[in-house]
Amino acid sequence: MINERNLPILATLLVFIMLYGFGMYEYKGFRDTLVFSNLLTDNAFLIITAIGMTFVILSGGIDLSVGSMIAFIGVLMAYLISNTGMHPLFAIGIALVVGVAFGAIMGVIIAFFEIQAFIVTLAGMFLFRGLAYLINLDAVPIDHPFITGLYDIYVPLPGRGGLTFIAMAMLVLLALGILIARRTRFGMSVYALGGDSHSAALLGVPVKKTIIKIYALSGFYSAMSGVIFAIYTGSAYPLAAVGVELDAIAAVVIGGTLLTGGVGYVFGTFLGGMIQGIIQTLITFDGSLNSWWTKLAVGGLLLFFILLQKGIVYWVKKRSAA
Amino acid sequence: MSDLVKDALEVKETSAVKETVEAAQSAVRPLLEIKHLSKSFTGVQALNDVSLQIQQGEIRALLGENGAGKSTLIKVLTGVYPRDSGEILLDGSLISASDSGHAQRLGISTVYQEVNLIPTMSVMENLTLQHQEKTFGLISWKKAEIRARELLAQVGLDIDPLRQLDTYSIAIQQLVAIARALSTQAKMLILDEPTASLDSDEIKQLFDLMARLKSEGLGIIFVTHFLDQVYSITDSITVLRNGECIGTFKTAELSRSDLVSHMVGKSLEDLAPTAHDHSIKRERTELLQLNNVGKQRYLQPLDLNIAAGEIVGVAGLLGSGRTELCELAYGSVKPDQGEVTLSNHSLTKSSLRRAIQVGMGYCPEDRKQDGIVAELSVRENMILALQASKGWWSPISIAEQQKLVEEMIQRLAIKTPDMDKPIGELSGGNQQKVILARWLITHPALLILDEPTRGIDIGAHHEIIQIIKELCEQGMGLLVASSELEELVMFAHRVVVMKDHHKVSELHGNEVSEQAILRTIAS
Repeated sequence: MINERNLPILATLLVFIMLYGFGMYEYKGFRDTLVFSNLLTDNAFLIITAIGMTFVILSGGIDLSVGSMIAFIGVLMAYLISNTGMHPLFAIGIALVVGVAFGAIMGVIIAFFEIQAFIVTLAGMFLFRGLAYLINLDAVPIDHPFITGLYDIYVPLPGRGGLTFIAMAMLVLLALGILIARRTRFGMSVYALGGDSHSAALLGVPVKKTIIKIYALSGFYSAMSGVIFAIYTGSAYPLAAVGVELDAIAAVVIGGTLLTGGVGYVFGTFLGGMIQGIIQTLITFDGSLNSWWTKLAVGGLLLFFILLQKGIVYWVKKRSAA
Repeated sequence: MSDLVKDALEVKETSAVKETVEAAQSAVRPLLEIKHLSKSFTGVQALNDVSLQIQQGEIRALLGENGAGKSTLIKVLTGVYPRDSGEILLDGSLISASDSGHAQRLGISTVYQEVNLIPTMSVMENLTLQHQEKTFGLISWKKAEIRARELLAQVGLDIDPLRQLDTYSIAIQQLVAIARALSTQAKMLILDEPTASLDSDEIKQLFDLMARLKSEGLGIIFVTHFLDQVYSITDSITVLRNGECIGTFKTAELSRSDLVSHMVGKSLEDLAPTAHDHSIKRERTELLQLNNVGKQRYLQPLDLNIAAGEIVGVAGLLGSGRTELCELAYGSVKPDQGEVTLSNHSLTKSSLRRAIQVGMGYCPEDRKQDGIVAELSVRENMILALQASKGWWSPISIAEQQKLVEEMIQRLAIKTPDMDKPIGELSGGNQQKVILARWLITHPALLILDEPTRGIDIGAHHEIIQIIKELCEQGMGLLVASSELEELVMFAHRVVVMKDHHKVSELHGNEVSEQAILRTIAS
């Protein structure tokens, strides 16, 4: 059923199909499944980060720490594997626990001291970047056989494409995110909080508990993204993923989530991340444009979606007043 | 059980002696019993030794003017505020709710005037929030939809539960809120001014529902400002005044004039029917003219004229439409019908800036919220309206500002050490004077004052009334809304009496007296 709540995500889907259709029409190489599977792999870490960000933005908050978290987790993993000789599986486990813990700490500060998420996560952003440098100043390779083994897992698809481990992990995390958002009480509490936090409290939503869980979840997803990023690049670098938090926010908004919270879908975020990837791929296929055109296109799309949402909100208000 | 109650009541009633309902009801165990409840906030006694009982299947009106303690009582009942002393018994057992969710689990559900649901979620999601049924640990939306439809059917609503809540009218949202309130096995339902934004058909729908819930044995506390509604739906009335319980009465046995007397704390007999000299001495030059001005769900259309040198008072109980009238006249809320003119300038579609330019001034009711900018200085607060009407591109020099402000501080005897003190640090009376001054330096032809003396001490109270009289003598027209009949009678040439969001009467000259106003309100 088409209702006003689904309009933004439908617009996102339309933009996705149009861009992809344009690519298939214009370039022969675009029609191969390889392009699609590469999109999944190359944008996996961005989409995973953005899924966590979706919950934060749905609740009316923001998390600026995710980019630094990716770098920090990567460096931490590299340290644990190379310097202590730990098995990568344990290292990943520890990295995830650390990510969740740091997210939860930020959540506690936001919930109990009632400080804006913007400033708390900004502090987190500097802090994690600093911690990454504390461990390691330079880029280091992660060349454990287990990691390269993961990287090499590959399920071929018809055509030249195939699903990498990274792509599959992203899809699993996407499915998990969709389930959490729409099929758990926690998920509905997130929507309620973003819709109207005062009413949510009166309706019996455990506000503080939910806020802490939201940032812990975002911590989990960005730590996961850090792990994926480390496998993807096979290295760790304290300056990695600078500005990814902003790309993630852009993916969430282009995916149709209302920046003021309460309305949006995790699947939209997936499309939002993929759209950014398609734009990049199209520019690569073109060959005559430099990569900064990506930023231009993403900026334009972002503006379009924000205006679209404003328009819808205005329209709904006008209709319910009549 | 409810038959028992009735029998008990009838027996007592026939026994000629005039007993209160409470005494009669003590024969059976009440559904809700409040015993000697007290609550104070930093020295202000908001509730003082309030006791009341409500039976199963009883609709009780909770009435009182501003500051009577209605909302405090409700908030203590629902656990939003802790109580200082006293007991609350539900179904005979002592309860003490720690928050609104806990109160709901105990069986007390509340529906507020502002719909407290999530506007961006669907009706179904709102109805089942925190109570969703699960299969294999995940929410089952199939079950949720069935449950939502059941709940909607319970309140007689036939709407699509999958649509977003804010696509429905406020009335439907209110009913959804009630449906949700009932979903938690409520024994006691508190409706806090649910009808304020409903039209008559919607109110009827709500009343039908209330009657059905009553027959199912629910106890209902109904807070409203509309006396007609009190008499059409409630069984009994509890009146609060200044935090004290004035009494509980059977609705059928309490006349409107007695009810109004209880609420305002004055009886008709005590009031001398004398009137002050209310005639205007000068020739009439019309200033403000409202022609059939009204707005749906806000104020019934009405006519009103104010001439130069005339003070028109607006009287009525809390929520009767006093403030609404002021807002429409000033233009901060735009009417959807009728014509507003000020000194022959049509203002119906004009901006507020234009209204100020042609001589309109307005001091709103809620000083803290709408009037002052607490962090700005006395000078800055005073200069705001003048600057706004001039436009921000032609700044007023500091020297000129200081001259104007100094003059006003002298003229209105504002007590402030200097003009650069933040206004928030001044007393209420002096804040009110600064706001008056703000408008006086724009030399308005017409000044609208909503509750100009609310919350200020007696000395300042007197001074403000003097200022109002002086302004009038200088030829200004004034529209003054006030809940204090005494002061209206002192200065108003005419009094418009408001009730249930429409103008019921206009008292002229010698007709203006406290008694006449009260009679009109109660009629």
